[in-house]
Amino acid sequence: MELLPPFHVATPGSIAAAVAAGRHQEASRFIAGGTDLMVNLRHGLGDPAALIDLRGIPELRHVGTTGPDGLVIGAAVTLAELAEHPTVATRYPAIAAAATAVGAPAHRAAGTVGGNLCLDTRCIFYNRSAWWREANGFCLKYQGDTCHVAPTGKRCHAAFSGDLAPALLAHAAEIDIAGPDGLRRQPLAALYAEDGAAHLRLAAGEFLVRVIVAADPWPAAYAKARARGAIDFPLAGVAVALRRSGDDVDGLRVALTGTNARPFLLEGTEGLLGAPVSPAWLDRLGRLVQKQVSPMRTTLLAAQYRRRVAAALAQRLAATLGGAAVVGDAA
Amino acid sequence: MTQATKQVRAFCLNGRAQEVLVADNVLLLDTLREALGLTGTKRGCDGGECGACTVLIDGTPRLACLTRTQECDGHGVETIEGLAENGRMSRLQRAFHERLGTQCGYCTPGMVMAADGLLRRNPDPSVAEIRAALAGNICRCTGYVKIIEAIQDAARGAP
Repeated sequence: MELLPPFHVATPGSIAAAVAAGRHQEASRFIAGGTDLMVNLRHGLGDPAALIDLRGIPELRHVGTTGPDGLVIGAAVTLAELAEHPTVATRYPAIAAAATAVGAPAHRAAGTVGGNLCLDTRCIFYNRSAWWREANGFCLKYQGDTCHVAPTGKRCHAAFSGDLAPALLAHAAEIDIAGPDGLRRQPLAALYAEDGAAHLRLAAGEFLVRVIVAADPWPAAYAKARARGAIDFPLAGVAVALRRSGDDVDGLRVALTGTNARPFLLEGTEGLLGAPVSPAWLDRLGRLVQKQVSPMRTTLLAAQYRRRVAAALAQRLAATLGGAAVVGDAA
Repeated sequence: MTQATKQVRAFCLNGRAQEVLVADNVLLLDTLREALGLTGTKRGCDGGECGACTVLIDGTPRLACLTRTQECDGHGVETIEGLAENGRMSRLQRAFHERLGTQCGYCTPGMVMAADGLLRRNPDPSVAEIRAALAGNICRCTGYVKIIEAIQDAARGAP
């Protein structure tokens, strides 16, 4: 692999200093664990003059519960720290499972919450060496003008592949973003756009500060399908949060990753409320998932397989959380 | 394109104070192998996927191909060269040797360092815990069975 491009690294000790560093360094990138960015930079995917390492900012390193805010997770908390945090492990098992599903221990010891939520999108035509991409005429996502996945299309179809986002979306998490215009709070879902080349709605100089998850979370779980069982990005990942009243489902959130350019919450789940989880109910859920996911040929496995496995994972998790004795099959 | 300026970075390497003059964009793997001559840490996939470059930073397994040397400033770095004492292999290294946990040997330094990190945190791991700890380390020779047996042997105090 190629050497890293020349850059210098700033290590601000406060949010204000990081914002100032971002303002002064136009061609800069924010970085934390760097487990994804280092590889991409060595592939020639970007040439920043400076990196701004956010791990020295105390507010970004904190994870814990705080009164009405529920769970607060700093963006520079490592995935290992998140998974092992006692409150997360016991009260938010879907978040702990999603954090543990990322890579191997050495990746989780370095990789952070903010890094996983802001992970670059992936594609078999993008995550390649510079010479491979050049020989292929580059691609729409970077340096080229054609998407090799959908050559007649006008947008990039690279898939978002972070594991943590769906688990947090299923818990209706909010995020704080810092930048030149100050601090703002918004739903996590509003961070993402369905465009593989510009999937993060972050303005220049903005970075993720923390994630806020409400207290009293609904029962939830996360599962992913991957080509390499030990460590791999998700071909499809699903988080389901399901609340019951008696036998009936009275709250349902389903969030997906790995199938689209963004992680997203399934729409139309209100139509599944007020009924118990049954084979027919699971069939309707599976069809809903299959209709809304849009996997493309961005991985080595077929898009149709990822569409069906996303539905099957959603059904399996919902069946377990809903107390159903059967596991449906949308296929 | 800007020129990366070099700075002195100081860390504890295998129990000894170490200073190196490096630019911010130099990876720990390159510092260890090229500047310090510690070639026990292997360059495998070079992209964070195989675990051959696993070292310990403050006792925790990390990948030297994804870690900038600058990040190690003020921390403790341990490589495979630091395990033997007075020319005698550590218990874990001997277990890999006795149990045939190594064949071609290329993955072995990374395997040993990942396992060493596990045993420091969990002196009596289950097979599932060993498998989870080595999830990021690829071996194309052994089939992993002998590696797991070696780590179990080391945990039991043998050989």
